[in-house]
Amino acid sequence: MNAHTGEARPAPARGPYDAVVVGAGHNGLVCAAYLAKAGRKVLVVERRQQVGGATTTEEIHPGFKFSCCSYVVSLLRPWIIRDLDLPLYGYEVLPLEETFTPFEDGSYLLRDSDPERTKRAIARFSPRDAEVYKQFGQKMAELGRLVKPMIDGLAPDPLARNPFEILRLAKFARHVRGQGEEWLIGNVKMMTMSAVDFLSEWFECEQLIAPMSVSGIIGTFLGVRSPGTAYVLLHHYMGEIDGSYRAWGLPKGGTGAIAEAIASAARALGVEIRLGAPVERLLMKHGRAAGVVLENGDEIAAKVVVSGVDPHRTFLRLVGEEHLEPDFAQQVKRFKMRGSSGKVNLALDALPEFACLPGAGPQLRGDITIAPSIAYLERAYDDAKYGAFSRRPFMDIVIPSLTDPTVAPPGKHTMSIFVQYAPYKLKEGAADWPRQREAFGDAVIDTLAQYMPNLPGRILHRQVLTPWDLEQVYGLTEGNIFHGELSLEQLAFLRPVPGWSRYRTPIGHLWMCASGTHPGGGIMGAPGALCARTMLHARAV
Amino acid sequence: MPIPSPFHERTSKLCTSFRWKDWSGYAAVSSYDTTHEREYFAFRESAGLLDVTPLFKYEVHGPDAAALLSRMMVRDVSKLKIGRVGYSCWCDDYGKVIDDGTVTRLAEDYYRVTAADPTLYWLQAVGRGLRVTIEDSSARLAAVALQGPRSREILRAASDADLDRLKFFGATRARLDALDVWITRTGYTGDLGYEVWTDSAGALRLWDALVDAGRPHGIEPAGLDALDVSRIEAGFILLGVDYFSAPKVILEARKSTPFELGLGWIVDFERPTFPSFIGRDALAAEAARLKRGTAAAAGWAMVGLEVAWEALEALYESFSLPPSLPATARRDGLPVYDDDGRQVGKVTSHTWSPILKKYIALTSVHASHAAPGTILQMEHTVEFERRKVPAKVVKTPFFDPERKKRP
Repeated sequence: MNAHTGEARPAPARGPYDAVVVGAGHNGLVCAAYLAKAGRKVLVVERRQQVGGATTTEEIHPGFKFSCCSYVVSLLRPWIIRDLDLPLYGYEVLPLEETFTPFEDGSYLLRDSDPERTKRAIARFSPRDAEVYKQFGQKMAELGRLVKPMIDGLAPDPLARNPFEILRLAKFARHVRGQGEEWLIGNVKMMTMSAVDFLSEWFECEQLIAPMSVSGIIGTFLGVRSPGTAYVLLHHYMGEIDGSYRAWGLPKGGTGAIAEAIASAARALGVEIRLGAPVERLLMKHGRAAGVVLENGDEIAAKVVVSGVDPHRTFLRLVGEEHLEPDFAQQVKRFKMRGSSGKVNLALDALPEFACLPGAGPQLRGDITIAPSIAYLERAYDDAKYGAFSRRPFMDIVIPSLTDPTVAPPGKHTMSIFVQYAPYKLKEGAADWPRQREAFGDAVIDTLAQYMPNLPGRILHRQVLTPWDLEQVYGLTEGNIFHGELSLEQLAFLRPVPGWSRYRTPIGHLWMCASGTHPGGGIMGAPGALCARTMLHARAV
Repeated sequence: MPIPSPFHERTSKLCTSFRWKDWSGYAAVSSYDTTHEREYFAFRESAGLLDVTPLFKYEVHGPDAAALLSRMMVRDVSKLKIGRVGYSCWCDDYGKVIDDGTVTRLAEDYYRVTAADPTLYWLQAVGRGLRVTIEDSSARLAAVALQGPRSREILRAASDADLDRLKFFGATRARLDALDVWITRTGYTGDLGYEVWTDSAGALRLWDALVDAGRPHGIEPAGLDALDVSRIEAGFILLGVDYFSAPKVILEARKSTPFELGLGWIVDFERPTFPSFIGRDALAAEAARLKRGTAAAAGWAMVGLEVAWEALEALYESFSLPPSLPATARRDGLPVYDDDGRQVGKVTSHTWSPILKKYIALTSVHASHAAPGTILQMEHTVEFERRKVPAKVVKTPFFDPERKKRP
C-alpha cells in the first residue's frame, strides 16, 4: 500500500521533461500516464509522501486502513481502466449493492439488487411507489445514457468560434433533436428543478424521496429543495450504465489502491513520480509557464506544466494574480469552492447493530444513508446556512471491511462516514475548525447512536476530517471535494471559467487536468485523460 | 429427483434464493442469493465455502493400487509421493479422454480418486486380477471446498493441520473440531484454496466449524454459479461442457485426446515400472505427429479467447444499446470463425470476468488457429441478430494469482 515501493528503483535520469504534472491525485496520474503512453517524458511532483491526493488509503490506526476521503468509486471511465490495464495493477471493485435507510420512528427501508425484494420493501410505505421505482430507474438510466457522451468527451462550447466547434455543436443539437420531446422536457426539468421536486413527480412517500434526494446534494452547498440539484441525481445513474464493468462499488484496498494502480501503470509507461516534493510556484518565463519551483528551491524545467490541483490553487497560488488578467482572476475567484462536507472514519472493535434491524446482515454491508426525512435534511442545511455544522447531519456510511477483509484485522471493522453539512466557513471563521473538530465528531456519533445504540462502545479509534483538514492535509481549497462545486453554473463549458473548459489556461504552456475541469469531480479520471488527449491533439507537448 | 447432500440442513436454510441445480443426482446450490456476485468475490477476496460432496470418490487400497491407477491414468501416479495430489485424465484404448479428476496418495498402498462421472466400473475393469480393493466412497464421504485468499487463516483457526508446510497439491490428515479429516490444497477456482474430506456423519460439524472460524474473515457460503465464473478464469475445463466423455458419444468428432484439451503436459510416457497405460500407443503416435508438426493442421486445441471490448461496445452502439452480457457464466456453444468467415472452432464456456474486467471464453479451435495473438471472430447475438465480434487467442489461465502456489 505504500507508495514508496516505486521509489526504491534507482532514480531515473532527471529532465529535461516534456511535462511536469503538479499533484499525484488520480487525475494527475491518469494525465501523466496518457502523456507517457504517447511517448512523452513526464514527471509528477507530489507534496505528500504518497500518491492519490484525495484518492487515498491510510492506516490511521494500526491494522485499520481507511479510504480517508473518497470512499466509493462509481464513474471511473471503463476506457481508462482498459487503456491503462488497471486490473493488471490491482484495480478491483467489490460489490456494494444495498442501500439501507433507518427512520426516526424505528422503521427502515432496505433496497438491494433484487428488484422483487426491493419492491416489497418499498411497498410497506407505498405500494404505488414500489411499482414506479423500477420504471424510474429505467428512465434515469435512459437519460443518463444520452448524457454520457458528455462525460466521455469535451464539453460542447458555444463560446468557441472555430468551425470544428460549430460542427460539434451542430452534432450535439442533432443528437438532442433526435431524442424527441419527452427527452428534452425531461432534461430541462432535470436542469432546473430541485432534487425533491423532481423525485416528487414520481414518488409519494418521503421514506423513498428523502434518501434518494441526497444524491443531488453531495459535495454542494445546496439543500435538497434547492433548484438545480435534480441534475446531480443523474450522475448516480450514469455509474450503473457501465453495467458489467461494475463501475459502482467499493475499491479493494480502499480508494488509495486505485491511485496505486494508476501510479503503477504510469510508472510502467515511464512516468517519474517524485513524492514529498511540494511545489511553491510556477516557473514563469516571458509570461509563460516553463516549469515549477519546489518549496526547497529546486527548479524543474519542462515544456509544459499540467496542474492537477484545483483552479483556485492553480491560479491564485501557483501562478499568482500578478500574472493574470484582472478579469480572469476575478472569474477564478468567483468559481465557488465552499466545501460543505467532512469525513469521520472509525476503527471498530466489533460490528455495531441497528436498533431497528439487529444483526450483521445486508443492512450493514451496503450503503447506509442517514436521511430520514426531507425536513431533517433541510434542517441540516439550515445549520450550515448560518455558519455552523449540522447538529443532525446527513450521513452516507459504508463498512468496507465487511466486503474487503484486507482493510481491518480479522473480526474488526472500518466504518467510513461521509458527513454533510460541515461548511468550510464557520461563523467564527474557518480557522475555528480545529477548536470545533471534536464537537463535530461528537455530533456525528451522537446522531448515529440514535440508530445504532451500541456504536459508541465499539469505537477503537476516531478520525475526524473537517473541510479545514481537507484543505490543510489534502490541499483541497476550502475543503471542496470536487475542486469546485458541481452545480450547473459550474459545469461543462463553464468549468472552471467560461471559455476555458478545454484544459487550456490563459497562461501559455499551463494546462489543467483535475476535477476543477470538465466533466468534474469524483474518481472519474476523465478530466485527466481528456486533458492529455487535448494536449496531444494540439501538439502542445 | 435430486437427493440432499449431508450439508443440506445448513445449505438449505442459507439458500434464500431457492436457486438449486442437479449435480450428479444431488441438490446443489446455484447461488445462495439472487445473484452470485458476493459469492464470487468471496472466492477472490475472502473465502467461499462450497459443498463438493457430489463429486464421485473412490478409495483404491492394496499392494497393486499404484499399478492399477498408473495403468488407468495418463499420468504416472505411482510416482506420486505420499501426501501428494495429482491432476490427471484417463483415456480409452484410442487415447480419447473418458474423464478427468484428482488422485491423492494417502498411504503407500492407498489412493483416493475423484471423478466427474461414475468410474467404479472402469476401475474394476482395469483392476481385474490385481490385488486391490476398490470402494465407491461417493456417499460415505462428505467434502467441502474452502477457496479464497483467507482460506488458510480459516483452516488454521479451525484445525490442527500444519498448513505452512502443506504445499500446492499437497494432502494431509488433520483434526478439525474432533473430526478426522483429510485436507488437500486443491480446488476448482484457481486461487489459494483447500478441500476438506470427512465422513458424512461429521458433515454438519465440519460446516459449522469452518463457518465459525471463517466469520471474522468474511467467509461466505458459495454456489455453483460463482464457481463456474472462477473456473473459467482459471482455465479449467469441465466434462460434459468443454469436452465429452469418449464412451458416451456417438460421433467420433466429439471425442478428444488429452493434447486437444490442453492436457498434454500430464501425459507421461516414461513408465519405469509399468510400460503401458491405456491409450498409450495412440497418444504416443499423436505426440510423434505433433513433434513433426503434421498434426497441427488436423488436430484441435483448447485455448482462451478475450473478446475485444471496444468492438463489442460498437456493436451494441449500432443498436443504440449499452453493451450487456449474461450475468452468469454460459455454456451455450458459439461458433468461432477465421477472417475468411470459415468456422474454425467453438466456444464452449464463456463469462464476463469481474476481476479482469474482460469477456473471456474457453474455446476449442483448429490447431492452426491456436497461436496466442491470433484474432478470431466469435458469434455474438444482439437483438435476435447474429453478429461477430473479434476476439484474441490468449494463454490460459486467464487469472493466476501468485497466492495460489505461495508456500
